[in-house]
Amino acid sequence: MSLKEFIYFFLRNKKVITALCILGFLTIISIFGPLLTPYSPIEFVGMPYQSPNKQHWLGTNTFGQDLFTQTVYGLRSSLLVGLLGGGLATVVGLIVGFMAGYKGGWFDEFLMMLTNILMVIPTLALLIIIAAYLPYRGVFIQSVIIGLTAWPWTARAVRAQTLSLKTREFVDLARITATKPLKIIFYEIMPNMMSYVFMVFILQFGGAILAATGLDFIGLGPTRGTSLGIMLQQATLWNAIQLGMWWWAITPGALITLIVATLYIMNTGLDEVFNPRLREM
Amino acid sequence: MKRYLLKKLLIYILTFFFAATINWAIPRFMPGNPIHFLISRFATLPESAKVLQSYFTQAFGLDRPLIEQYINFWKAFSKGDLGISIYLYPQPVLKVILRSLPYTILLLLPAIIVSFIIGNKFGAFVARKKRLDNIALPIFYTLTAAPYFWFGILLAWLFGVVLKIFPIAGAYSFAMTPSFSWRFVSNYLYHWILPFSSLVLVMLGGWAIGMRNMIIYELEANYSRYMEALGASSKLIRRYAYRNAILPQVTGLAIQLGTAVAGTLTTEIVFSYPGIGYILMQGILNQDYFLIQGCFLFIILGVLIANFIVDILYLIIDPRIRKSYTGEV
Repeated sequence: MSLKEFIYFFLRNKKVITALCILGFLTIISIFGPLLTPYSPIEFVGMPYQSPNKQHWLGTNTFGQDLFTQTVYGLRSSLLVGLLGGGLATVVGLIVGFMAGYKGGWFDEFLMMLTNILMVIPTLALLIIIAAYLPYRGVFIQSVIIGLTAWPWTARAVRAQTLSLKTREFVDLARITATKPLKIIFYEIMPNMMSYVFMVFILQFGGAILAATGLDFIGLGPTRGTSLGIMLQQATLWNAIQLGMWWWAITPGALITLIVATLYIMNTGLDEVFNPRLREM
Repeated sequence: MKRYLLKKLLIYILTFFFAATINWAIPRFMPGNPIHFLISRFATLPESAKVLQSYFTQAFGLDRPLIEQYINFWKAFSKGDLGISIYLYPQPVLKVILRSLPYTILLLLPAIIVSFIIGNKFGAFVARKKRLDNIALPIFYTLTAAPYFWFGILLAWLFGVVLKIFPIAGAYSFAMTPSFSWRFVSNYLYHWILPFSSLVLVMLGGWAIGMRNMIIYELEANYSRYMEALGASSKLIRRYAYRNAILPQVTGLAIQLGTAVAGTLTTEIVFSYPGIGYILMQGILNQDYFLIQGCFLFIILGVLIANFIVDILYLIIDPRIRKSYTGEV
C-alpha cells in the first residue's frame, strides 16, 4: 500500500477519525491540564462532599480536594503509562517474536517455552508481587514492570507472522545475496508488518492503561502523584459509593473506559484501512 | 491423546516451578530489604520490633546461603507450609487462603461459564445483521474496555445505592454464620448477584467481539460459499460456521483465564467480598508478605488447573487434535 493510498483510506474511515479526535482531545487536556485549573491535585480547596458544580466541575471528595484537577493530572499519568508500558511491551514482543521466528531451532523452542510459561501466569498477580516489594514506585517503574510482563502474546503473534514471511521470495533473495539476518529482519520482514505492529501497539497501549488501573486500585500505584486508578482506589477506600458520591467513583472509571474503548475502535478502523477485504465500498 | 496431555502437563508443571521460583526470588532481589521495611512499620514498639526481627529472619531463613534458602522453600512448600500470616497472626497462611478460596471459585467459575456461553451466542447472532451490529459493537467494545472493578462500582451504585435492591458489601449478612441452611444460601446468593453480574458483563463483551469476527470470517470462507451455492439454508450454514468459530474461542478461554483472575481480585475488593482478592488486598495494605506470596501461589495454581481443564475440553471438541495424537488421520 502506498502512502497516498493509506492516507486516502485513513482519512475516509469514520472510526479512525472519531477515535483520533477523542484521543487528541484527551492528550491536549492531559498536556495543558495544569493550566486549566488553579488548584493542585492534593490541595484542600473547598467544602467536602460537593457534587459537580460551577466552581468544582467534577465535584470534590471527602477531603475537599478538587476532582477535576485530580482527573486532569491523573489522565496524564494514565496516558504516560499506556505510552511507556505499551511501547515497551511492543518492542520486547517484537524482538522475541522476530528472533524466535527467524532463527528457529532450539533457540525458538526455548523462547517459545518462556513465552508460554509467562502467558499462563496471570499478569496482575505477577505485577502485584513485584510492585508489593518495591519500596518506591513511580509512573516510570510501573510502566517498565507492566511492559516487561505484557509482551508474550505479541511475541507469539509476531513469531507466527515472521515464520510465514521468511519463506517468501524476497527474503530468499536477500539471503542468497548474503545480507545479515538482522538486516533482513529490519529491512525485509519488518516493513511488511508495519501495519500489524502499529495495531499491536494500540492494543498494548490500552492493555497497559488497564493493568496500571488495576494496580493503582489495589494500592500499588505510584507512591507520589495521582492517577485515575488511584482516584478509584481512594473512592472505594472512603466508601464513596455507600455515601452516594457517584461523581468521585464513576467519572475516573468512565474516562478509562472511554480511552480504552476508543483505542479498540481505532484498531478496528485501522484494520479496515489496511485490509481491503474489510473495507465497505 | 495421552502424549498431548502429558506434554501439556509437563508445561504446566514447569510453569508452576518457574512461577514459584519468581515468587521466591523477587523479595530477595528487589532493592531494599523487606524485613527492614516491615520492621519500620512497628518502629514505635521497640520490643515487638525486636521479636519481629528475629521471627522474620528465622522465617525467611535470610542468614543462610541462597541455595539453601531456595531448597528450604521447596521443602516447606511440600509440607504445605506457606508461613504464618502477619496480619492475621498467628494463623497459618494456608488456612487463611483455604477459608477464602471457595468464595472466589464460586464467583469466578460460574461467571466465566455464563459469560462464555452468552457472549458467544450474542456475538454469533449479531454478526451479519448490519443494523444490529452497528448498535451492538460499540456496546461490546465499551464492556471489554471497562476495568472490571469499575463496572462493579457502577452496578453497586445503581442497584445498591440508587435503587436499593441489592446489598453492596460482603458475601452474606454480618449477623449470619456460614452453614448449609436455606436461609444462609439464599442470603449468600442475594449478595453474590451483583459481583457476579459485573464480572459476567465485562467478560461477555470480549467473547461477543471475538465470536462476531470469527463468524464473519467463517461465513466468507469457501465452504460457506459452496454450501450457499448448493442452496443450503442460511440456518444450516450458520450452524457450521458456529462450530468452526467456537474452536479458537475455547483456546481464547485458556488465555482469558489469567485476565479473569485479575477481574475477580478487583471486583472482590469493590464488594468487600471475602475471597482471595480481598485477602490479598489486606495482605498488601498490611505488608503481609507471607500472605501475598501464598495468594500468588494459589492464584497461579488455580489458573494452571483451569488451563489444563480447557486443554482436555479442547481435546474433546476438536477432532483434529484428537486424531493427530491417536494416529487416526
